Amino acid sequence: MSAVGVPEERWHALPLMVRRAVVAVVVGLLALVVLAPFSGFDPTALYTWLVFAALFVPPWERIRLIGKFIPALGMLGVVVAYPFYASSLYTIPVLGAFPSTNTGVTMLIYAMMALGLNVVVGYAGLLDLGYVAFYAIGAYSAAWFASQQFAGQNPDGSAKRSFHFLAIGIDPKLGGIHVTPWLLLLVGGVFAALIGMLIGLPTLRLRGDYLAIVTLGFGEILPQIARNGDNLFGQNVTNGPQGIVPLDTIGFGNTLHRALGLPANYQIASNSDSLYFWTAIVLVLITLFCSLRLRGSRLGRAWVAIREDETAASAMGIPLMRTKTLAYAIGAFFGGVAGAYYAIFTSSANPDSFQLNFSVFVLVMVILGGMGNVWGVLVGAAFLAYLDQAGLANTGAWLSDHLGLNLDVPKYEFGIYGIMLLLVMLFRPHGLIPEARRKLEFQIGVHDEPLYDEVADDAHVAGASH
Amino acid sequence: MTSAATTTETIVRARRRVSGVAPVFAGVLVTALVVWLAINLEKTPTLFVKAFLIGITNGSVYALVALGYTLVYGILELINFAHGDVFMLGGMMSATFMLSVFHLGTDASPGSLWPALLASLVISMVFCGVLNASIERVAYRPLRRAPRLAPLITAIAMSFILQNVAIAWKGPNYVSLPINMLPHGIVFRIGHDTYTWDALIVVLITAPVLAALVWLVQYTKQGKAMRATAQDREAAAMMGIDVNRTISFTFLIAGGLAGAAGLIYAVYFTSIRFDQGFQLGLFAFTAAVLGGIGNLPGAVLGALFIGLAQSFNNTLGWHAPGSDWTQSIVFSILILILVFRPEGILGERTPEGG
Repeated sequence: MSAVGVPEERWHALPLMVRRAVVAVVVGLLALVVLAPFSGFDPTALYTWLVFAALFVPPWERIRLIGKFIPALGMLGVVVAYPFYASSLYTIPVLGAFPSTNTGVTMLIYAMMALGLNVVVGYAGLLDLGYVAFYAIGAYSAAWFASQQFAGQNPDGSAKRSFHFLAIGIDPKLGGIHVTPWLLLLVGGVFAALIGMLIGLPTLRLRGDYLAIVTLGFGEILPQIARNGDNLFGQNVTNGPQGIVPLDTIGFGNTLHRALGLPANYQIASNSDSLYFWTAIVLVLITLFCSLRLRGSRLGRAWVAIREDETAASAMGIPLMRTKTLAYAIGAFFGGVAGAYYAIFTSSANPDSFQLNFSVFVLVMVILGGMGNVWGVLVGAAFLAYLDQAGLANTGAWLSDHLGLNLDVPKYEFGIYGIMLLLVMLFRPHGLIPEARRKLEFQIGVHDEPLYDEVADDAHVAGASH
Repeated sequence: MTSAATTTETIVRARRRVSGVAPVFAGVLVTALVVWLAINLEKTPTLFVKAFLIGITNGSVYALVALGYTLVYGILELINFAHGDVFMLGGMMSATFMLSVFHLGTDASPGSLWPALLASLVISMVFCGVLNASIERVAYRPLRRAPRLAPLITAIAMSFILQNVAIAWKGPNYVSLPINMLPHGIVFRIGHDTYTWDALIVVLITAPVLAALVWLVQYTKQGKAMRATAQDREAAAMMGIDVNRTISFTFLIAGGLAGAAGLIYAVYFTSIRFDQGFQLGLFAFTAAVLGGIGNLPGAVLGALFIGLAQSFNNTLGWHAPGSDWTQSIVFSILILILVFRPEGILGERTPEGG
């Protein structure tokens, strides 16, 4: 503030609302100046700005009891209503149009995965480079129990096995196991959590970087099993590189549809994308709620203690193995649910989508947003998922249209993430929206044996790290 | 330092709990492996010997890369994920020089082959060494005071950046060299199979490089500084060793080894792709862990072991899982070693387990 000639004290003496209003107006004007040469004036941009100003400028928190929830609820309303106005929004320069509802579903699922990984990496400080394994487990458990994978074949060509449990939208005589996908979300999560514990029990004793390499190993082994699983001791378990398609559709069935008006079948509904979108919002909200409650709980505080100083935490009576394993299992659970939901959404489980790249992708979401801070992670996940799904391709198109550069931007996707990761770690290691405590750890250091001793620091480097 | 003592105690106690199961489990595994190998040897002796020789050749390449991991880990306790990609860029660099500068083709005459090979070796080693040292300067050194996670994450970031540099430079497909660039004359015969000169050349290039490295670390002043820094940076600094320079030098040497491996890989396997470095790097890291990370002879031994494991798995006929499962097998070895004997075959038992 002093930079523009307003003394610091005088600025702080102004009422809160005035201060926020000034910030909002300045941001709006800046946006106008930046955007105008690209796209001209667009009224929807003004509306967007007005909605955000209405949510964040008035001092809502002064209202008793409900006040502090108003901005969050307002944001939630904006997100829930997204499918209704998505197509009429303005075009962002360079990045292109706002994401479609279909892209929105993917963004939400990735956000859920990032929140799950945040429990492991952000809260407990365990670097997991094989998170994609849990995503794969979730996807395959949905695929096994909601498809014709295990139908088998009688000599006359009919299906050998057929098991149905509350499945909707399919022929009741269809072979294979068909359990309602709602249950499978839970099954995928529990299954992933169990495998997570199984992996965690022998390996969590290892020090941080060894743990990273072991998880990376598991992240490579499990997809290879999925890829070669069409002939596992003579059994076709995963249908190999083709993957398992199609999966059953999700929905509430005709009975509930008539009684409560809930959608009967997502796949054939006219607003299919919106239904998937809203369901994903519910899943993300559950994850978010669990993350926030866990953070403040006894367990959450134990995780932070372990992250900061394992020895001291142990001395204070925190059972290291149990606490770490729980972090691992809970993170895996959310990854599994997200994987199951993604498999149901895309109606397929394919081994090619479970690569090391994806683990790193989710890790970049967590780090970019700010390890440990769920809001930062949400923003990071949504942004990167958008880049992955549409943003990079749009950027490439914009570059070739306006600058004549014929650059295949999505080809360099992971290079771009690598540069992001590097820049964030070097210049803002606590992420874009950091958690206060995590920020302090990066500023004043922790006791987990830093890589170099401080003695060897030269003045230049010591200056740069602050 | 009291905290370190407590950690030691916790870990020692944890180790003791495992130790009841581990020897039995390891014993069963090793016995099964030996029986499997013996049956294969009895059924198809020539195939077995062929697989053995392939394994030694592959293992030599792994050894060069694994030594880079071990050197860096020894001095910084950092897994340099970008190391495999440095190796890959070295291979691309060599391929470019062999093809575009020296214009080598199939069955090049010894007079043109050897000078070109040596020149490419030097260029590749210098290029990779400088690249590796610059990576340390840019991505690891500024993160000294940060939590341990931070440099590990920048290492992964560097790895992805280097892969994309390769994509931008050579495209996403294989870069191919002419097959039979190296002489394919027969050194000796085993039954119907032959051991050819190109495989021998790989071992012939690797061995002097390894010898030079051992000499450097054991008998030169710089090597002494490296060992001192690895043992205790603080004390080394007090003795007048320039710790930063020593670390840079270690990265330079590690990169040079990766460059040599890159050249050998390019001319022996005659094709290289942007993502092969990471894969091979992980195998080599497994080798380094297997031999006891930080331990130079251990890395070579581990690399030979991994090379043999891979070739036996891919080549042998009787109940071999086949090349579809190579990754799973190598990573299973890695996980088993880390869980049951993190100090490796030749490593000493240290409190940190590495």
